[in-house]
Amino acid sequence: MSPAILLLLAVGLGLAGWLAARARAWAFRRESSDGRLASLPTYHAWYVALWVVLPLAAFITLWSFASPYLVTQSVLATPAAAELPAFGIQRESILREAQSVASGSASAVFNPQSEAFVEPFRDALARYNLIGLLATLVIGFAGGAWAFLRLRPDFSARTRVEKIVMSLLLIASLVAILTTFGIVASLIFETIRFFGMVNPIDFLFGAHWAPDPMANPDNPDPTRYGAIPLFWGTIYIGAIIAMIVAIPLGLMSAIYLTQYADPKVRSWLKPALEILAGVPTVVYGYFAALTVAPFVRDLALSMGISNASSESALAAGLVMGVMIIPFVSSMADDSIAAVPQSMRDGSLAMGATTSETIKRVLVPAALPGIVAGIMLAISRAIGETMIVVMAASTAANLSANPLEAMTTATVQIVKLLTGEGSFDHPATLSAFAIGFVLFLVTLGLNFIALRVVKRFREAYE
Amino acid sequence: MVTVIHPNLDQTDAKMNASDVSVFYGDKMAIDNVSIEIPTKYVTAFIGPSGCGKSTFLRTLNRMNDTIPTARVEGTITLDGDDIYRSKMDVVQLRARVGMVFQKPNPFPKSIYDNIAYGPKIHGIAQGKEELDNIVEVSLKRAGLWEEVKDRLTDSGTALSGGQQQRLCIARAIAVDPEVILMDEPCSALDPIATAKIEELIAELSGRYAIVIVTHSMQQAARVSERTAFFHLGKMVEYGRTSDIFTNPVEQRTQDYITGRYG
Ligand SMILES: Nc1ncnc2c1ncn2[C@@H]1O[C@H](COP(=O)(O)OP(=O)(O)OP(=O)(O)O)[C@@H](O)[C@H]1O
Ligand SMILES: [Mg+2]
Repeated sequence: MSPAILLLLAVGLGLAGWLAARARAWAFRRESSDGRLASLPTYHAWYVALWVVLPLAAFITLWSFASPYLVTQSVLATPAAAELPAFGIQRESILREAQSVASGSASAVFNPQSEAFVEPFRDALARYNLIGLLATLVIGFAGGAWAFLRLRPDFSARTRVEKIVMSLLLIASLVAILTTFGIVASLIFETIRFFGMVNPIDFLFGAHWAPDPMANPDNPDPTRYGAIPLFWGTIYIGAIIAMIVAIPLGLMSAIYLTQYADPKVRSWLKPALEILAGVPTVVYGYFAALTVAPFVRDLALSMGISNASSESALAAGLVMGVMIIPFVSSMADDSIAAVPQSMRDGSLAMGATTSETIKRVLVPAALPGIVAGIMLAISRAIGETMIVVMAASTAANLSANPLEAMTTATVQIVKLLTGEGSFDHPATLSAFAIGFVLFLVTLGLNFIALRVVKRFREAYE
Repeated sequence: MVTVIHPNLDQTDAKMNASDVSVFYGDKMAIDNVSIEIPTKYVTAFIGPSGCGKSTFLRTLNRMNDTIPTARVEGTITLDGDDIYRSKMDVVQLRARVGMVFQKPNPFPKSIYDNIAYGPKIHGIAQGKEELDNIVEVSLKRAGLWEEVKDRLTDSGTALSGGQQQRLCIARAIAVDPEVILMDEPCSALDPIATAKIEELIAELSGRYAIVIVTHSMQQAARVSERTAFFHLGKMVEYGRTSDIFTNPVEQRTQDYITGRYG
């Protein structure tokens, strides 16, 4: 029986519990002398309903993972299983096929060997479906009955419901955090596997990047796993070229918006700027690959630079810079606006012009916030993938010439994970090591940025 | 209704002269036809209930109202006989000559030294580091802050106490050697001891600069000023020697206000 049906059943039982508990609470109310209960009847109802549904939800989740395994195990225990090939893809597909036929999602077997397993699967499925159904009913009734029997006129159902709801909210927030931990843990795990095959020193300090997914996985050539060109490409495109575009433009637009634009202009210019942040990065990618990159190449050719390629760090960096202008400008905007008006008045009253006031008072005072914004923008830029995938290149290249093709960490991750290599090949695993380093760098940048912003906020509040 | 001007004002040179000044925020009138002379080397106090337009009027005197987009000023205001609202007037120069101290101390988030040096640098007053050092020292001395901060001129101005910050702001205003200093409730954020220091300072400075001070404290007005103007609902109700205003008010409203029967 599918988990969805069991869940539906759980909700039905919960509803029944809800109605029963409410009726009971109303009965208490009628019987009591002053017609008052410690909690409203709906709280009694919710108390019972939650006690029915929550244990069931936990059970059904577990069951939906456990039952396929149990079914397969019991099929393998039948005598027919002795005929199966011991290992590998064949065995898997035979079993899978028999299972689909047994559960009715396929009409006939293709592999004759599967035939023998259809019947055992059918039996096992029927058996475990029944077990699941019965367990659901038992758990639902047990939870409901336990809660129902605790109902009394003076029972504080409200505080208990509040507590249950609070723990649900807590769990909801933990999900995000735990997921992060899970991601980090899997990254670390794969990274350690990779470093078991390739020395971290070779990885972090080697200057030649050319992993070969077809090479013998047991004996990787460490000189092909030097990640410096990747990190250089990432920094060159994301933190240097993009920032050369984004910092001045973002800062100047923030200054214009906070200090010069009259409210009407500001009211449409600021949202318009923020739309930039909402454009999907793939679209920026098209723009970079189809418009900016050819333009950069033609410009270079017309200036007599003959070896300009159509994939250049410059094109990717320029477009990425435009993409992160809103990040820089909105942080700068916020922090300049957070400088108290009295600073500005004080400076103007000294006879400073608006631009002197901006240069000498507002920007220095807002600097921590501006710097934090820039760091967030950098961490965003170096994690960005689509633009570089489309406009830069996949060739690792250690060069300072912006017209050359370069690659970044994220692009390599995409390339390695979508490539031909098998999953436990060092070339594939190296993607995790790159991801891990990238993760540490962006985490560090974000951490510093948030600290700086917090300090800055405190200074003016 | 006309402003009552007390007759026995001793004759002094007027540093600034406002005639028929009205100020509007959008369509709303905040100052209604005020005329007043600001005497040289005296302290003039503006008093009146909250919202009557004291700050608004004070800010017309160095054109700080220009920074409020909706504000509009009518009438004429002169400084040494020159109309400060004429189109060729250099606002930068005007504000160097007419300095301002605000209600809440607003030192820049820079060092104490840089706070004082700010104005002289902007206006190109000092030639070289030595002269600048000298200006900083003299200004801090005049503001009575030198002894307290001379060993930590590189500390941030915002690290000082409220009273010290306000004296720093006064020193900052003095550093460009203005002719008039406008003060908008300079003590309202300070404790009595810091207030006493500022009042002392105002008394010392009054021989050298024309000072206009807005205050909500009758005692302060009586202690520090020679002239007092009483504002009410955007109008200047009564103007005269401080002693006359406080002992002999002509208008009932003035009397009510200074005796505390009025908000
Ligand atoms: N920026 C502004 N925009 C619109 N109206 C303003 C502005 N500033 C002041 N006003 C209005 O102008 C009138 C005078 O205000 P002003 O600040 O000059 O009063 P004040 O006498 O200084 O009061 P207080 O003693 O409370 O400081 C008030 O009604 C106020 O609401
Ligand atoms: Mg005021």
